Amino acid sequence: MTVEIARHWRLNSQRYSLIGEECPACHYKIFPPRDVCPHCAEEAGPEFHFSGNGTVFSHTTVHTPPEGFEAQSPYTVALVKLDEGPMITAQLTDVDNGAVEIGLPVEMVTRKLAEQGDEGLILYGYKFRPQMAMA
Amino acid sequence: MRDISIIGIGQTPVGEHWGRSLRHLAYDALHLAMKDAGTERVDALYVGNMLSGEISGQAHIGPLIADFAGLRGIEAVKIEAACASGAAAFRQGVIGVASGYQDVVAVVGVEKMTDDVGSRLTAGLASAADADYETVHGVTFVALNALIMQRYMHEYGLSKGDFANFSVNAHANGANNPNAMFRRAISKETFMRAGVVANPVSLFDASPMADGAAAAIICPTRLAREYTDKAVHVLASAIATDSLAVHDRKNPLWLQAAEDSAHTAYRQAKITPAELDFFELHDAFTIMAALSLEAAGFAKAGQGTRLAVNGDIALDGKLPIATMGGLKARGHPVGATGMYQIVEAALQLRGEAGKNQLPHARLGMTQNIGGSGATIGTHIFKSSE
Ligand SMILES: [Zn+2]
Repeated sequence: MTVEIARHWRLNSQRYSLIGEECPACHYKIFPPRDVCPHCAEEAGPEFHFSGNGTVFSHTTVHTPPEGFEAQSPYTVALVKLDEGPMITAQLTDVDNGAVEIGLPVEMVTRKLAEQGDEGLILYGYKFRPQMAMA
Repeated sequence: MRDISIIGIGQTPVGEHWGRSLRHLAYDALHLAMKDAGTERVDALYVGNMLSGEISGQAHIGPLIADFAGLRGIEAVKIEAACASGAAAFRQGVIGVASGYQDVVAVVGVEKMTDDVGSRLTAGLASAADADYETVHGVTFVALNALIMQRYMHEYGLSKGDFANFSVNAHANGANNPNAMFRRAISKETFMRAGVVANPVSLFDASPMADGAAAAIICPTRLAREYTDKAVHVLASAIATDSLAVHDRKNPLWLQAAEDSAHTAYRQAKITPAELDFFELHDAFTIMAALSLEAAGFAKAGQGTRLAVNGDIALDGKLPIATMGGLKARGHPVGATGMYQIVEAALQLRGEAGKNQLPHARLGMTQNIGGSGATIGTHIFKSSE
């Protein structure tokens, strides 16, 4: 269990506040953080704070969830294109399943992601909801 | 490097083998392949498998299967590349023989899936994706394909019906394959009526999970005649990779690793795609069939479904695919699938495909996709005539 917690704990700054990197060579904005820029293969750079705003690139609704996600089912997952460039995978929240459109502007919020393992470890991290001005 | 031929093939029916464990299934296929090749010894065994640890609680299955098959002592290793484990294991065999380290090599793809059901199996399959940045958000294997398909339909203005013939064709071909899991043809109406699994993916877009094992014996071409007069030549063997996560791809609607491995394979075989007589592609989902056709050079981006709509993919079409039912109807025992594709290609090239035999089967290609496209293995084979 401690090993499992460490695996998630080390990702907390990314998961709670979308902290990535900016490549010092090509200025590509990187999320999640890597050791090497996926764009130009230079060593990845200093921290970069993403705004948390983006648009829905694609979406679907999960009806047969994996272990740990049963309680939330059905739920909507999406590929979100962040305004600063990179794409990430996340759940959408505060939306009706199936009522999502490609191109919907969304913003990041922190929510419960999953309950894992027999000891009920609860994971928190980013999800996205429709941008408030749009709601 | 030495030229290589397949001298023996074997497969178990795909389905729910309640009475047979992982090791039994692997043995069944291996035994048939060795009998077909007329050999009792091999120098090495490569086992393609994804989920033995997760589902059967069993790692280290190389020596387990070697010993169980009466081959105790030989080099035996498991090769894992998610759903592309079969092609990856076959390629290890090719490397072993081509290099001269080994002469006669057995490759078996095996998967035992029905010992686990429901959410744990779903989680096991999802472990082919990026654990920290995809699966942690509750994304499943089906959902990843749905995300790709949804965007693909949006971008190219397609509807569900454009994908129907991939499924209809696979089921029509599976009906004549005694080893297929589903042996009934379906209509386009059945496809259109099927329940949604993860929008827009419905039941007849997705291939069924199952148990199964398929095997081949390979050796240098110059030794092949000592074993058989129906050797199948391995003209090309290539694997390429892409980012594990769909969201990290340059273009999530393009299988770069399919394009890369196919082009390497065409170069090795010294052929153009137009020369191929058939293509055993990885139709785990109808969207993957479309993307595979595009990346391998048979259609432009966004036009893969046209080959299905106009009938090019049928047994009497320009480029037959899934000639024995594909993943959709034969079934998708994940780590074994790549070896089923190769065994089926060999059946066509040996003229042993029964009712589904193609009249002109001289050059065939197989393409095996791992996860949502992060590992893709492409092989090209030629008949002995
Ligand atoms: Zn860079």
